[in-house]
Amino acid sequence: MKLRFEVGGEDFSLAGRASSELKRALSRLGVGPELIRRASIAMYEGEINMAIHAGGGDIEAEIGEGRVVMVLRDEGPGIPDIGLAMTEGWSTAPDRYRELGFGAGMGLPNMKRNCDEFEIESAVGKGTTVRMVINI
Amino acid sequence: MSDEATPAPHSVMLDPEKCVGCTTCIKKCPTEAIRVRKGRASIQPERCIDCGECIRTCPHGAKRAVSDPLSIIAGYRVKVAMPAPTLYSQYDEACSVDKVLSGLLELGFDEIFEVAEAAEIVTAATKELLVRDAASDGGPKLPRPLISTACPAVVKLVQLRFPSLIPHLAPLIPPMEAAARIVKERLHPGEDGVGVFFITPCAGKVTVTRAPLGYARSALDGVIGLRDIYLPLRAAMAKAPPRHLARAGRKGLEWARAEGECDALGERRSISVDGIPNVIGVLEALENGKLSDLEYIEALSCPAGCLGGPLTVENPYIAKTRLRNREEAASPAASPAVGYARPGLDDLRWTQAVRPRSALVLDPDLSRAMIMLEEIEIRSEGLPGLDCGSCGAPSCRALAEDIVRGIAVESDCVFKLRDKVRELAKELMALEEIRPPGLDR
Repeated sequence: MKLRFEVGGEDFSLAGRASSELKRALSRLGVGPELIRRASIAMYEGEINMAIHAGGGDIEAEIGEGRVVMVLRDEGPGIPDIGLAMTEGWSTAPDRYRELGFGAGMGLPNMKRNCDEFEIESAVGKGTTVRMVINI
Repeated sequence: MSDEATPAPHSVMLDPEKCVGCTTCIKKCPTEAIRVRKGRASIQPERCIDCGECIRTCPHGAKRAVSDPLSIIAGYRVKVAMPAPTLYSQYDEACSVDKVLSGLLELGFDEIFEVAEAAEIVTAATKELLVRDAASDGGPKLPRPLISTACPAVVKLVQLRFPSLIPHLAPLIPPMEAAARIVKERLHPGEDGVGVFFITPCAGKVTVTRAPLGYARSALDGVIGLRDIYLPLRAAMAKAPPRHLARAGRKGLEWARAEGECDALGERRSISVDGIPNVIGVLEALENGKLSDLEYIEALSCPAGCLGGPLTVENPYIAKTRLRNREEAASPAASPAVGYARPGLDDLRWTQAVRPRSALVLDPDLSRAMIMLEEIEIRSEGLPGLDCGSCGAPSCRALAEDIVRGIAVESDCVFKLRDKVRELAKELMALEEIRPPGLDR
C-alpha cells in the first residue's frame, strides 16, 4: 500500500506528519519496534530536510511484502557535492533554522544509517530525490 | 506472539445511569479505546491505559475509577495510611501536613508512611542509576534519555503506542510501591495483619496494584481514592488533636506536581512534560531521534501532574500554590529514615520485563494486516471526514478501522446512511413509475 504526503516549504507546523502517519501504519501492521524507530527517524529527517532546504516536496511511502520504500522528491536547489553532504556534521541549514535546533548536519548520514538501502540523486537547480528502503 | 503482554484489567467504570451516550470521552481518549454502543460508552480494555482522561472530561460524571472503600481497612490489625503528597494540597492553608496526617489517625489508621518520603528514596535511586549506568564498562547500558516510570499511564502508553521506547523506561518501582515495601519488609518484617493503603489522586494506580508493571506482586493491600476520603478526612481533622507527624522533605512533596520529579533529581538535561497530548508529542520527538542529548524525561499523563489526577477534588492550579506553600514549610533536606534502613537502587529495580502491547495491530499475519490497512485507507476516503462521532467511533478513520475489523458497518455513519436512504427513495420513486402492463395505457 502507498501513503502520500506533501511537505510544505518553510512550514514547520506540519513537520513530522509523514513520519507520524508512517509510524501509525507500521504499528497497525505489527512491525517490530526497532524497525518502526528506524523508519520514523529516516522519514522525519527527510521531511525536515525538505522543509528546510528545498522549500517542500512530495513523499511516497510504499509498504509492501518485506520492505518499506520511501521516496522523497523535491524541486529545490539541489546538492552540489553529495559526498560532502553525506559527511557527519556538515550543514548548509540557514542560521534561523539552526537556532531552532535543526540543521546540526546530521540529516543525510543519519537517514542512511537507519536504512537498509539508501540512494540519493541530485542536480543543482533541479532538485533532489532520496530513496530509502527498510526491510521489515 | 510470545512477547505479548497479557491484556491488563483497567480501573475505569461506567455508570450506565449517568452516561447519555455523548461523544466527549471518545474524542479525548488518547488510544481511541472508547466506542459508544447502544447509547452508552464502552471501553475496549486491551487499549485502555488508565490515564483517566475520560473520567476527567465526562460532563455527566458517568465515569468512575474503581477503588477501595475506606471500610477496607477494618480487617487489619495494623492499618497503615500511605497518603500521596497530592492529598496535602487539597485542603486550605489552615490544614498543615501535620493536621492532615493527624486527621488520618483520627479516621482509624494506626500508622502513617508518607509516599513523599518514598519518593525521595526513588529520586536517590534514579540518581544512582544514571551515575552507575554511565560508568558501566563499555559505556551506558540504558539508552538516554530515561523516561520516568512513576506514572503508570505513561508506561502503558509507551507499551501501546511507542514500543520502540520501552528500553528507555527507567526500570524502578514507583514511590507508592517503595513505600509499601518499606512498611511491610522493613518496619513490620514478618508480621501478620499489617495492611498498607495508598490514598491516591490517580485512577491508574488501582490497576497497577492488581496488574503491576515491572514487578510481580504489589505489596499494597488497598487503594483509596482521594475523592472518597476527602470529606471524612475533613471532618476527622476538625476533631483530631494536632500532632507532629510530617516527615517528608521538600523533594518528596515536589513529586505531586509537574516538574517536581526533575526538580528533586536536580538534572538540568531533562524535560518535564504533563498532559497526555503533550506527552505524546515529546515521545514522538524522542522516537524521531531527537532529544538524545537529554538524560531524563519526567512524563505525567495528567495536566499539572498528579495534582491534576482524576480523583482529586481541588482545581490543580489552586492545589499547586498550596503545595508550594507546603514545600516551603518542609525541610529542604531529605527526611531521615526512622526505624528502618533505606532501600537502595538494587532493592527498587524492576524484576520483570515490560513488554509491548499489540492491541493496535490489525492481524498477527503481516500480509493479512496489510490488506486490512489498505482497505482502511480506501474506506476512510469514502467517509465524510467530519469526525462527528455520531457513529460511536472517535473519527472517520477509526470507523473505517472498526468496519475492517468487523466491529462496525458503513451505515453506522449517519451521512452514509442518508445516502443509502436517498438511493432507496429514488429506487422507490422509480418503482412507483412502473405500471403493470395491464394498467399501463
